[in-house]
Order: sequence, then structure tokens, then C-alpha cells
Amino acid sequence: MARAVTPRRKLINTGLAWAIGLLIFFPILWTILTSFKTEAQAIASPPLFLGFDWTLENYGVVMERSNYARFLMNSIIIAGGSTVLGLIVAVPAAWSMAFVPSRRTKDILLWMLSTKMLPAVGVLYPIYLLFIQLGLLDSRAGLVIVMMLINLPIIVWMLYTYFREIPVEILEAARMDGATLKEEVLYILTPMAVPGIASTMLLNFILAWNEAFWTLNLTAVDAAPLTAFIASYSSPEGLFFAKLSAASTMAIAPILILGWFSQKQLVRGLTFGAVK
Amino acid sequence: MATKASRSAARLMMAPAVILLLGWMLVPLIMTLWFSFRTYLPLRGGDQGWTGFDNYVRFVSSSAFWPAVQTTLVIVLGVLVITVCLGILLAILLDQPMWGQGVVRILVIAPFFVMPTVSALVWKNMFMDPVNGLLAHLWRFFGADPISWLSDASLQSIIMIVSWQWLPFATLILLTAIQSLDSEQLEAAEMDGAPVLKRFAYIVLPHLSRAITIVILIQTIFLLAIFAEIFVTTGGAFGTRTLSYLIFQRVLESQNVGLGSAGGVYAIILANIVAIFLMRIVGKNLDN
Amino acid sequence: MSFRNALRAATALSLITASGAYAETITIATVNNGDMIRMQGYTDDFTAKTGHEVEWVTLEENVLRQRVTTDITTKGGQFDIMTIGMYETPIWGANGWLVPLDDLSAEYDVDDILPAMRGGLSHDGTLYAAPFYGESSMVMYRTDLMEKAGLDMPDAPTWQFIREAAAAMDDPANDINGICLRGKAGWGEGGAFITVTGNSFGARWFDEEWNAQFDQPEWKAALDFYVNLMNDYGPEGFATNGFNENLSLFQQGKCGMWIDATVAASFVTNPNDSTVAEHVGFALAPNAEGVEKRANWLWAWALAIPAGTQKEAAAKQFIEWATSKEYIELVAAKEGWANVPPGARTSLYETPEYQDVPFAKMTLDSINAADPTDPTVDPVPYVGIQFVAIPEFAGMATEVSQEFSAAYAGQQTVDEALAKAQAIATEVMEAAGYR
Repeated sequence: MARAVTPRRKLINTGLAWAIGLLIFFPILWTILTSFKTEAQAIASPPLFLGFDWTLENYGVVMERSNYARFLMNSIIIAGGSTVLGLIVAVPAAWSMAFVPSRRTKDILLWMLSTKMLPAVGVLYPIYLLFIQLGLLDSRAGLVIVMMLINLPIIVWMLYTYFREIPVEILEAARMDGATLKEEVLYILTPMAVPGIASTMLLNFILAWNEAFWTLNLTAVDAAPLTAFIASYSSPEGLFFAKLSAASTMAIAPILILGWFSQKQLVRGLTFGAVK
Repeated sequence: MATKASRSAARLMMAPAVILLLGWMLVPLIMTLWFSFRTYLPLRGGDQGWTGFDNYVRFVSSSAFWPAVQTTLVIVLGVLVITVCLGILLAILLDQPMWGQGVVRILVIAPFFVMPTVSALVWKNMFMDPVNGLLAHLWRFFGADPISWLSDASLQSIIMIVSWQWLPFATLILLTAIQSLDSEQLEAAEMDGAPVLKRFAYIVLPHLSRAITIVILIQTIFLLAIFAEIFVTTGGAFGTRTLSYLIFQRVLESQNVGLGSAGGVYAIILANIVAIFLMRIVGKNLDN
Repeated sequence: MSFRNALRAATALSLITASGAYAETITIATVNNGDMIRMQGYTDDFTAKTGHEVEWVTLEENVLRQRVTTDITTKGGQFDIMTIGMYETPIWGANGWLVPLDDLSAEYDVDDILPAMRGGLSHDGTLYAAPFYGESSMVMYRTDLMEKAGLDMPDAPTWQFIREAAAAMDDPANDINGICLRGKAGWGEGGAFITVTGNSFGARWFDEEWNAQFDQPEWKAALDFYVNLMNDYGPEGFATNGFNENLSLFQQGKCGMWIDATVAASFVTNPNDSTVAEHVGFALAPNAEGVEKRANWLWAWALAIPAGTQKEAAAKQFIEWATSKEYIELVAAKEGWANVPPGARTSLYETPEYQDVPFAKMTLDSINAADPTDPTVDPVPYVGIQFVAIPEFAGMATEVSQEFSAAYAGQQTVDEALAKAQAIATEVMEAAGYR
């Protein structure tokens, strides 16, 4: 992969890539920096980059105003729960599509994707009424189910493409040795698909974490995740850039850190079968 | 290869996913269809009976309908073009040898982890604000008049915000695809003296075609539904009202569920037209 | 901390044994305005007094509205108290969705609530929501800049004078705009402002037969005046400025005048947030020469109990606590009289300490000058000053104000915007069966 190039070319590559990388990252960096300023410094003209009095005041205000721990916990439970539940449902489905394909397999796959195209706003009232009937309003269970259903098509598709890359010969050899279906899935397929499953989990976790329509509209207190937390900081009276930045940083920090630690996995795994 | 037994086992394993999604699709769909034929005004005593196709006629004949369809398509297309083009260039660049590749990759994919609400709030207030925004400072620094981004260049601004969020996703997928490109083939072409553009057009681009279709397919699904970015920034003003935003206005702001449901049915139709169109291409590309 | 908790528990316990009531946890949906956030900080006082705990759901105004409306219309029962405004209260009350507040305790002194507020939060004479704070709108201006310009702000200016003053104070070289006004789309933002401006030019939304009136010359005059004024002396990008944007502009000293909610007075005169706190004067909202109605609205953020909640008694206790005289005194003792929630109670304006607050008198005069039952020069079939109290209004007015904002941004002419507004309003009224 690493091709030999002249040091000069490598230097140019490095400079260019770093410049673009920093440019893309800048809005996030700026938000983090602003969160450590006072409100007055946040709107100072000309803008202050590093030469300001670093303060934790905004974080103090935000922590005092909202129960951050509960919002965070709900986000983790909803995103994590829906991911696990989604995998439980999706792995068998993707397995059978990949290894026992029928004429309709691809139609089913594409139909699954098309269920994602129903505009969420249009069905808010029906779903809300349904949730009242089922007693699921403002419950983590309800949101776990909704998030799972929303992302299920993507999970099935991603897993399907990973499974397809597993050579059939290995399976056949295992079957010759008398492996049962269960053993086949558990001891042969799953270990081989671990990288794929891991990146599927990651992507699903990110998508569920960032979903802001259902998580906001179907919750009040008990199940409200970080998307609801941020909705209380969007435009209070007066100066608010610094507080908004602190709240934003707190809302995205966990997922940002998770993403950074697992980015290698994500880079390797996010293929959707695009690589042959 | 597949025996009868494994076939039925396969069906059984597929069943939970299919049944769940069928339920998730059918229940809201049937309820939407039901409401779309009724006069349902939550603030005026709720369901007031059948109204035939009135809601459908009213939704289409509203002066907001066609501009909304157009806005939806412009945003989807605009974001797709930007993310795919820049994504290819970025992927090629990131594939080159350099110092600190891992860190740069982290910087580039970071926006993907940011909630749409947060990114819209940050862009709107801290960058695009015509008085205190960073872009306004930048403009003034160069002696220009700051732009009122969200009113004078509203659609472009939203396309920019959304592209910022989705560029990492496109870059990631394209990067993975490029890394699988046979570098010997490229080097051979380089030896033969094929110019850069030719190498790109005849070797890189064909290799990426599958990845590009997948980027387009997945992003389209998400882009047709963008909402938070518009809700936070312009509230649908200045020609940024998409079809899903129009439905939001009908259902929640005007409290006319029947009318909004009819709009929902139109949105499903539009999404399916786009989907069929896409799947034709993708289906072909996924086969080979 | 643990001592305080123990104390709280002890108080709660003694109350339970004393009254036999159970301590409950009530859920309150509220807006993220400064006064509400302050109230959250004093929740401990309520808990200590009654033993009930409070869960807050604090949301930005638009999200809040969407959330509580969905919940009340579907009887979702997610909240025990909702923070709503003067627009929602009579409509929801008429639908029987709110618990009537007709049995509040004698100490609460319901007659002390300002008559204008009480009227606006009632349906058929029954109070359905208790005002936490109320507001009208007025002119806030920079006394130092006026002096420099050699002008004297009358207590009751006309639009023509406002324009003159804006011209005199406008100073682009020093980053000072003559005037800052709302232009942001949304019925509660720019929509509210342009509606009262219309009133002060003799315009109205509908005639007595519910015919939309945007094709009338009064609307054209109002909109033309506003657009010219703002183009000449307003800030860059005023078409996206709402209350918050203008507040921060004014606090940074970038506006000569600002006509907006009376509650803003305490923010612009607070030296902690405002760089111009020493130099703010107040006047009644303007009118056009010879028009009897002024451009001042009437609004209250109020607390209401959705019908069907299991915790009605505790919710009522909370409302009595939050909108009481004692709460006002509590805030006054801790943070000073200028920071108490204004515009709700007559007794507040009779308190000598409060009369020393510079904006107290003008706030009361502005509130008293507003009459929701007679908002316009020509008669109208609706109640409400900056809104029309019918369920269809919010959606319709948001669309209309989006057309106006597009005109402010120069994307269409005033005539085009008015023609579209007329079409939108007509279409909605036909769909709703008024005509």
C-alpha cells in the first residue's frame, strides 16, 4: 500500500492533507475553544483564538441547569440497546440472504432499504397515538425499538455484504465435517465476520446517537437523551454562544471519543460491499 | 448447494427482520393513508369524517408544493455532487503516503459524529451570524461586507452545512475502495507514461464506480429526510422549505393531520420514484 | 448538601404527616427563557414547602410548542404542567383540555393578576392558565445617542418620529444601527411584530366576514414603511433577526432603538450583560400619525394543567407557588427587584421598591394600553393583538411571515409578498371552513 515516493512529494501531500483536515475539523475545534470562553469573549471582535482566559464556568452552568448524567445514560442505553437488538435480528437474516440466496433476496434487501424513505414527520401522530396505546411514551424500551427499526435495513445490508465476502468453500468443508447450522454460524461465520460486525455496530451506534426527531418527540423526562438536552440550549435570551458551545461539546464528546478510538475499524469496515 | 432444509431454515432466520420491518412499514403507512382521506384537525375536535381526495387536491394545489419538491431535489443533488466530488479527491489524497495519516483521517471524519442539531446550531450562530459569526469577521477582515448567509444564500448555506456532515461518510467509503485498488496496475500505467488525468479516468474512476453508487444510494435515503438542519437554521423561510418540511408545517404548525398525511403519501411517492431510479443503477452495479 | 437533603426530607416528612398528602414528582414542560431558568433554580424552595419534587423538561420555544401541542391533542399525558402562551390558552381551554383554575386559594389572591393578563388567559370568564410573567412591547432607546443627536424622545412617539430618530442615531462608521427590529420568520417572531405594526397603521388580518385583508392599502403602507426604515437604518441581515438576536445587538451597543418585548428591559439595563445598561430610556410603542392603535402587543407565558393528569393537586400547588407574590418577593430578596418576573400582578406595580425600577411604569402603561378584544382600528371577528386566536393561525401566520421575511431580504417585492400572504390566508380560511 505504501508506495515509494520522493520526500518532496510526501511533504506536499502531508501539508495539503493537514490543511484540509484542519479546515474540516475547524468548526468542532472552534466550538470546543468557545466553550472555555466567557460569554463576552465568545463574541469578541476580532475573534479570540487562544489568547483568552480559559474558564470552566460554562460547564458549571450547564451541569447545574440540567441533569447531564441522565441524558448521557439515556443516549448510551438507547443507542447501545438498539444496536444490540438490531444485530440479534439482523445477523440471522443477513446470514440467510448471503448463504442461501433466492431469486427474491435482492428485492427483499432493496425493499428493506425503501422502508427508510417514509418521512418521519408525516407519521408522528400515528406513532404517537400508537405509543400512548402501548404505554411506551417516554420509555427507553420504546425508543430502543424505534431506533432498532429505523436502522435495521442498514444493519442487514452491511452484514449481508460482509457475509458474502466469506468464501463458501470454508462453509462446505465444515459441513462435510458434520457441523450443524448452529456450529457453522457460531464457530465459523461469526469469527470471520467480527470486523464487519464491529463496524456495523459502530455505524449503527452513531446513527442512533445522532437521531433527533423521534428521540425528541417521543420522550419527556425518563428516556430523554442528549438530543433533548441540546434542545434546551439553542436560543435562550442574551449572550449564549459560550454556553451553547459547552452544551454542544458535552453532547458530542462521548461519540467523538468513541469514534476516534475506533476509526481504524470504521475505515476498514465501512464498505457496504463496495470493495470486491 | 442449498438443501430444502437449509432453505426453510434460512426463511425462518429471515422472518424476524422481515416481519418487524413489514410491521414498521405497514402500520404507519396504513394509518397515514387512513388519515389522508379524513378531515383530522387535532385542535378542532379531532377526526371529523371522510373527505375523499380533498386533502390530496389541496396539498398539490398549494402554491408551496412544487417549490418544495424542487427545493428537496436541489438539496439532495447539491449535497450529492459536493460530497462525491470532494470525497473522491479527499480519498485519493488520504491514500497518498504522508506523515500523520491517522490523525488527518480522524480530523476528516469527525463531522460525521456530530449531531445534526448541534452542527446546525453551531454553523448558524457561530459561523453564519452576519454580525458575530466567524465568517462575518473573516469577510470584514478582507474589507468585504459580511453576507447574511441564511437569508441571502439560504439554500447554499444549508447545502454547505449538510455537505460538511456527509463528506466524511463519502470519504470513508471511497477511501476503503481506493485502498483496495491494485497499486501495481497504477504503477504500470505510470511507467507507460499515462498522464494523471487519464490514469484517473480509466483506472481509478471505474474502480470506484461501485463505491460511488453506494454513497449515492445511502446518502439519498438520509438526505430526502433532512429536517433538523432546516428547522434550526431558517425554519423553512427563504426558499428552503423541502417536502418533508412542508409536511411538518401542515401537521404540526397548522395542525392539519389529514392534509399532512396526504403530503406524506406524496413524499412516499417521490421517494419511491427516486428509489426506483436509484435501484436500477445500483442493482446493475451490485450484480457484477 | 447532605444536610440540606436531610432538612428537605424532614420538612417533607413533617408536611406529609401534617396534611396526609403524598409527596409526588410532577413533570413540567417549559421554555428556556431567562425567568424560567431562574425559577428552576428555586425549585428547592417549592420542594421544601410542599414535599413535591419537580422534573423539568426545558425546551427551546419552537420545540416546546411542537411537543406540548402533540401531547395535549393526543392526550399523551406526559406533563403535569405545561408552559403555554396567551395564544394557546383560550383555544385549549375551550376544548376542555385544561384544568380550570377557579379554585385557587384565598392567599393566592387571583384578583391581583393584572386584568389584561387574566382576560387573555381565560375562556368564557374562566381562568385556565396562571401568568408567570407578562409583557407588552415598547420602545427602548439609547439616551446617550438621543442626546448626542439633539432629540428628545416623547413618551408616546409616532412612527414618523421613530424614523427621524433612527436617521439621527444611525452611525455605520461606529457600528451603530439607527434601529433594530424583528424580521425573522415565524408567527411569534417577526410575524408578531409586523402584525402590531399593521395594527398601528390601521390594518387588520381579517374583516368581519373572515376575508383576508392583505390586499388593503393599510398593509401596504405598514410593510413599505417597515422595509424602508430597516433598509435605511437597520442592521445587516435583519430578515433573520428575532428577539434574541436583537437583544444581543442592543446589549452590545449596536442599536439606537429597539422596539420589542417589555421583559427585555431588565436584560438591557442589567450591567452584567449589557454594555449600555446606564443609557437606556423607554417609551410607548409608536403609532402612525392619526391612528388610534399603537404597536404594542400583549403576551404572557403561563402555567396550565392538562386535563387528565393524575397529579392535579400537586400541580396546582406548584402553580400557586410559582406565580405567587411570595415567589416575587423571594426573587427580589435574592436577586433584586429588577429581576422579578414582571407583568403579572397588580401588587408588584404598587410595591414602592419596584416603582423605583426604571422600566416599571412604562411596562405597566404598555400592558394597560393593549386590549386583545379590540386590537385594531376597524372591527375584527377575532381576539388577540399580535395573533388571531384561532387554531389555524400559527401555521398560516408562519407562512405569511416567511413571505414577508423574503421581502425584507430583498428576494421579492412588498407587493409580491402581500399578494402571496393574501393567497395563503384565503386558502387556509377556506380549508378551515370559515368562508
